[in-house]
Amino acid sequence: MKNKYSIFSLIKNAFSYHENWQRAWRDPEPKKEYDAIIVGGGGHGLATAFYLAKKHNMTNIAVVEKGWIGGGNTGRNTTIIRSNYLWDASAGLYDHALKIWEKLSQELNYNVMFSQRGVMNLAHNLQDVRDLKRRTHANRLNGIDAVWLNTEEVKKFCPIINTSQDIRYPVLGGTLQRRAGTARHDAVAWGYARGADAMGVDIIQNCEVKGIKRNGNSVEGIETTKGFIKTKKIGVVAAGHSSVIANMVDLKLPLESKPLQALVSEPVKPIIDTVVMSNAVHAYVSQSDKGELVIGAGTDPYVSYTQRGSHDVVEGTLKAILELYPIFSRMKMLRQWGGIVDICPDASPIISKTNIKGLYFNCGWGTGGFKATPGSGDLFAHTIANDEPHKLNADFNINRFVSGDLVDEHGAAAVAH
Amino acid sequence: MSKNLRITNSKFIDQTSRISFKFDGKTLYGFKGDTLASALLANDIHLVGRSFKYHRPRGIMTCGSEEPNAIVQLGNDPSMTEPNTRATEIELYEGLEATSQNCWPSVNFDIGAINNFFSPFIPAAFYYKTFMWPASFWEKYEYFIRKSAGLGKSPTKPDRDIYDHRYLHCDVLIIGGGISGIIAAKTAAQNNLNTVLLEDKNNLGGTTIFQNNECFKINNSYSNEWLSKEIVSLNSLKNLTIKTRTTLAAYHSYNYLLARENLTDHLSLNEKKDKIRQRLWKIRAKKVIIATGAMERPLIFNNNDRPGIILSSSIKKYIDYYGVKCGQKISLFTNNDTAYETAISLSKSGVNVNSVIDIRDKSNSSIVKEAEKLGIKIHWKHTVVNTNGYKKIKSIELMKLSDDGTNVVGNKLNEECDCLGISGGWTPRVHLFTQSGGKLKFRDKDNVFLPTKSKSEQISIGSCNGDFELDDVIKNSNNLIKEFLNINSSDYENLEINCSREIDKKNIWLLPSDKPLGKTKPFLDFQNDSTAKDVKLALREGFKSIEHVKRYTTTGMGTDQGKLSNMHALGIIAETAEVKMGELGTTTFRPPYTPLTFGTIVGRNVGKFFDITRKTPIHDWHVEKKAEFENVGQWKRAWYYPKENETMHQAVQRESKAARDSAGILDASTLGKIDIQGTDSSEFLNRVYTNDWSKLEIGKCRYGLMLNEDGMVYDDGVTTRLGENHYLMTTTTGGAANVLSKMEDYLQTEWPELDVYFTSVTDHYGTVSICGPNSKKILSKVIPDLDLSDENFPHMSFKNAMIGKIRCRVMRISFTGEQSYEINVQSGYAKSLWEKCFDAGKEFNITPYGTETMHLLRAEKGFIIAGQDTDGTITPVDLQMDWIISKKKYDFVGKRSLYRTDTIREDRKQLVGLLTDDPNEVLEEGAQIVEDANKKPVEMLGHVTSSYFSPNLNKSIALAVVKSGKKLNGKKMIVPMKNKTIGVTITETVFLDKKNKRLNA
Amino acid sequence: MFLINCPYCGERDQSEFSSGGEAHIVRPKQPKELSDDQWAEFLFMRKNIKGVQFERWNHAHGCRKWFNMARDTSNDKIHAVYKMGEKPPIK
Repeated sequence: MKNKYSIFSLIKNAFSYHENWQRAWRDPEPKKEYDAIIVGGGGHGLATAFYLAKKHNMTNIAVVEKGWIGGGNTGRNTTIIRSNYLWDASAGLYDHALKIWEKLSQELNYNVMFSQRGVMNLAHNLQDVRDLKRRTHANRLNGIDAVWLNTEEVKKFCPIINTSQDIRYPVLGGTLQRRAGTARHDAVAWGYARGADAMGVDIIQNCEVKGIKRNGNSVEGIETTKGFIKTKKIGVVAAGHSSVIANMVDLKLPLESKPLQALVSEPVKPIIDTVVMSNAVHAYVSQSDKGELVIGAGTDPYVSYTQRGSHDVVEGTLKAILELYPIFSRMKMLRQWGGIVDICPDASPIISKTNIKGLYFNCGWGTGGFKATPGSGDLFAHTIANDEPHKLNADFNINRFVSGDLVDEHGAAAVAH
Repeated sequence: MSKNLRITNSKFIDQTSRISFKFDGKTLYGFKGDTLASALLANDIHLVGRSFKYHRPRGIMTCGSEEPNAIVQLGNDPSMTEPNTRATEIELYEGLEATSQNCWPSVNFDIGAINNFFSPFIPAAFYYKTFMWPASFWEKYEYFIRKSAGLGKSPTKPDRDIYDHRYLHCDVLIIGGGISGIIAAKTAAQNNLNTVLLEDKNNLGGTTIFQNNECFKINNSYSNEWLSKEIVSLNSLKNLTIKTRTTLAAYHSYNYLLARENLTDHLSLNEKKDKIRQRLWKIRAKKVIIATGAMERPLIFNNNDRPGIILSSSIKKYIDYYGVKCGQKISLFTNNDTAYETAISLSKSGVNVNSVIDIRDKSNSSIVKEAEKLGIKIHWKHTVVNTNGYKKIKSIELMKLSDDGTNVVGNKLNEECDCLGISGGWTPRVHLFTQSGGKLKFRDKDNVFLPTKSKSEQISIGSCNGDFELDDVIKNSNNLIKEFLNINSSDYENLEINCSREIDKKNIWLLPSDKPLGKTKPFLDFQNDSTAKDVKLALREGFKSIEHVKRYTTTGMGTDQGKLSNMHALGIIAETAEVKMGELGTTTFRPPYTPLTFGTIVGRNVGKFFDITRKTPIHDWHVEKKAEFENVGQWKRAWYYPKENETMHQAVQRESKAARDSAGILDASTLGKIDIQGTDSSEFLNRVYTNDWSKLEIGKCRYGLMLNEDGMVYDDGVTTRLGENHYLMTTTTGGAANVLSKMEDYLQTEWPELDVYFTSVTDHYGTVSICGPNSKKILSKVIPDLDLSDENFPHMSFKNAMIGKIRCRVMRISFTGEQSYEINVQSGYAKSLWEKCFDAGKEFNITPYGTETMHLLRAEKGFIIAGQDTDGTITPVDLQMDWIISKKKYDFVGKRSLYRTDTIREDRKQLVGLLTDDPNEVLEEGAQIVEDANKKPVEMLGHVTSSYFSPNLNKSIALAVVKSGKKLNGKKMIVPMKNKTIGVTITETVFLDKKNKRLNA
Repeated sequence: MFLINCPYCGERDQSEFSSGGEAHIVRPKQPKELSDDQWAEFLFMRKNIKGVQFERWNHAHGCRKWFNMARDTSNDKIHAVYKMGEKPPIK
């Protein structure tokens, strides 16, 4: 049983100079066989393991991670959480996640700092206005709390935005989802890891998958840098590296992996108390609890696994930031980095079985996977445990690329987030 | 009362030009050549700021970009203030105003310091373990956390400064103007290589330029004197550009580098005005030589963070370069020889050196002997176990180290001091090397990470490459440079170099104390208040990887990005986890090297230069007529032309009515125009459009629909056959560039055998569109020679014509359903053509109309706008435009996708018309359509894509896409709004003139 | 930011080019004969290789020519640049 975290445990431990804290998770060697193996120890993978154990009683499972947990896109993204998506299928998926977020710190006994400071999406031309209003109407009817704000209301909600109508692309209004916000990315990975570990899940770091062993059309196990591990079910949650795993079994996925860059400024006292995104003036910004402005935009437009992008993208992003927030001109970029995001043609994810028995993929989250972490884990766990999708992820199958029944969220997902 | 700690021996400080400045509201004085830090120290001010978490008093610790503590808010003008600037890097200027950060009400009395009292309860990452109860309260806790976090304050008004970008290409780029960089620059430039030398300080020379110790001599000169002469000799080199105050910010692949040049930050407030503040250099270098030097490390011991604790090499720089004494009773604490140079410098300048505390058993180097000769007391094999003094160090406690170095033994000694110099050895600045993708190797003997051989065209030389002794620096740099640049000999062969070499080495990452670790505060990251205890806690809790520890403890995440703290964090992790340093790896050094101002990154692309503005050749006329404009892509389009006191609605109603009743005139110049020529032009059009183009006669126009390969509508427009092998294609305004590049893509990659050529002519022609029942009469006045009879010039046809001597192309095509002509002339003539048409139309009340009226008029006719009525999920079949899909053609782009299981479904969303039950109720575009408002969950069947009040029909009309819409003609539906529901009926998409009589009226 | 050696113009900054994704995916000559699966393969499925990938680039802000490139996506090193229709000069 894990020690519970609370203010009391902190005070208690202070008297022993914090020398008696337990490990947040073990560091086990892999067993010979598991009932299921999750490939990829990011937020989605750890959440999948957590819900497999918690809701489906599958505790003889492992998460294998080639680096350190949470070190991929989980630890590199800009932590925006929202559910104001256009189509019913997406709204269902992302709002399912949002509802879990609202209770996640308590569920995990780990403060993931989910902060519902609202997310605003700005419109800068008449088509933006139409698209955002359409989305707002759809959201309202789907029970998602998005509202339309006119320019004055935008200004009132976030006073530092330049809403002058004389700028190149003036703000014509925007949508606001108040339940949306941000969370602490590392805490999500660590909280799920700690929770999963407590239920017996083996989290195996520095263990890279080198191959997938098959018997006929069923999986038998994985070859790793720590040896062969037998299993009948493999859930791949490898984000930018999904295709690398898929190529091991000659499976082609509708994915392209591209660099997505983000940056933070030096920390300053609170100056922006919400998350603001803009498609046409392409950038988004929020402020972390530490005081850093957290800024990002779109991907670099080519495939790369380097976790680095080109300076042009950063320059373009900051150009957009200064257009909307000219007061930030003297702020300084402290740190800039990149992740590799796997993008589907319809900007929606894949949470699906494959035509290989026992092999499941959860990928294609593109630029916006973080927000879905708990929901994605929950639904993927359901899919793996039951060998069939939950109704909330049924539309996110691989076969949609054959039938043409895409879930086109380019409008809702156009800015990386 | 503050003391004057200035001595008068510095040649780098101009003591004849006094500069006044303000710190925390108090007026102080310094001299030209000072940094804010040196000027503060000269005024005996050590307490400069408060730390991030515990709000502990902190002072100046370094003399450079690695400074973690002395960071201040510069200026107080809300437009021009700058947070988090390092006092050690700010050159003093007349009028400078700086204030302490992260303290309230003042740096001397800071309420936040209560956190220090609570520090036992708030170890690393405490926030993950608490603030979870009650669940709804996190945001309340967070409010206070956010308020106490952050350091300086953001400006609150727009920046008045301007920033600039320039490109630079060179043969050799040298980063760092210390001794090795100077050797490299001279050697490269002497060999006819176009060379650029960057130095982030205001002058060249690095640390050697103030090295006046007689243990270090080159050709019998003091090393500073020798180097001064070398610097002078650089002036005569033609191939060499030297940029001082220029910091290399980022080193990207393919030797692409970014450097920031400070142009005005050192100037007085008056001199700064109207000048470019900073310039970003975008550099492509054939070869790069990194000569960025090394940073001194601190030592990690209990209470090692008090104001007055300064790196020993910085104390040396303050005395030898700035002529400033950091104290009057200085103790030094070291594990290497560097501190002895400082001791000697201080001693020679008349500063009392209490003692040197050295953790080593002994040192036999000449510099130590020199110190001993001067009578400097040395405590061998001792360590500092504690320091005292709250706002400034007052004394230190030292004890003897046990033989294995893990403990302290014997009696505690007390030593009073007003400054403690610390030196933990040196860390090569390998940041740029790793940014460029280079891998590091670990050298055990002095615990440093060093560059390995780089894959790109670059080398590292000098102390950033691990050469710390003067003779190694010169000899190895010289050899590396020659090899790298393919040069046989240089000026730096056979120099006679004398220097003290360090022989004895010892390192203890975390120095022991007489108290248990839990009761001590050995700071690692001074800015973020993370201690060695925090790192150990993280390891205890299972955070193994260096990245985990960094994130869990926030070590190295301050504004200095861990320049000072990283090595010790790694050392303590390695030691605790019993891993070898070299195997542990390092965290990634991410760009920029030092924080880079947003304004500098963006340069001049702000305000009206944010994005280019495309204007039609008729733009000025619209401005004169007070049109409102709409942004369509980069274009400015006239949206509507309000007359006095008219609302947009009134203007649009008037314009729409006029266009149908008599005549309207529209600037259609923004439509994309692509000139297509070649013998396979018709074949090409057949492949990219859904309909058939083989039979289009010369002089005729045809509407075409373009699909993506996935079958979804992509763009549309009218294409005219100008000749046998010559077409003019029009596209949507926003789609022009994409259509052209898509066509080039197909032509070049899939069908290179086709003989076709595309040229974008969008900007070459201006287009005036006249529509309405009187359009023919007006056109006949403008072009009297043109036979406009329906027989000669029917709808969907084209004529070449002359207006005077000006050639023009006239298309009789219509997007409004009215009889309509589009006249294309070379852009330069477009405005006068427009005016001519306008004058000719006056008697018919010709009315200029904008895009809004155009949209309304076409909606009355049920014409779609690609991108408004379609959204990338709509096929031509969905648009009820089956007629435009050629049955004869085997293939066209997107055809196969129309026959997939999902695209052949009958119940897809299809384009329909909508009429509201209340004809005055105008639907909101984007509103959703349902059949049963009470059904839960709500089933949304579609949405309104276009909606207007039609003045010509005197009712509200709308287009929408609705599930199975084709079959639902006449069906009642509901549009549920926030506060009401609106009843609508599905209709055909054409609302006006279903028989197209008006086209020929 | 790579430097790309356009086969028509020579070495230019990456910002002048646009990427067209994986190369050598030929548009089927007889799409009607393909199953939905086969068509989806052409339309959407990609190898998305980590390692040397053959891909299409366009000198969009230059000569507007499309060409092919062999680039290692794991380190962005460009191994070869070759014209449309040519066979890759490396394996």
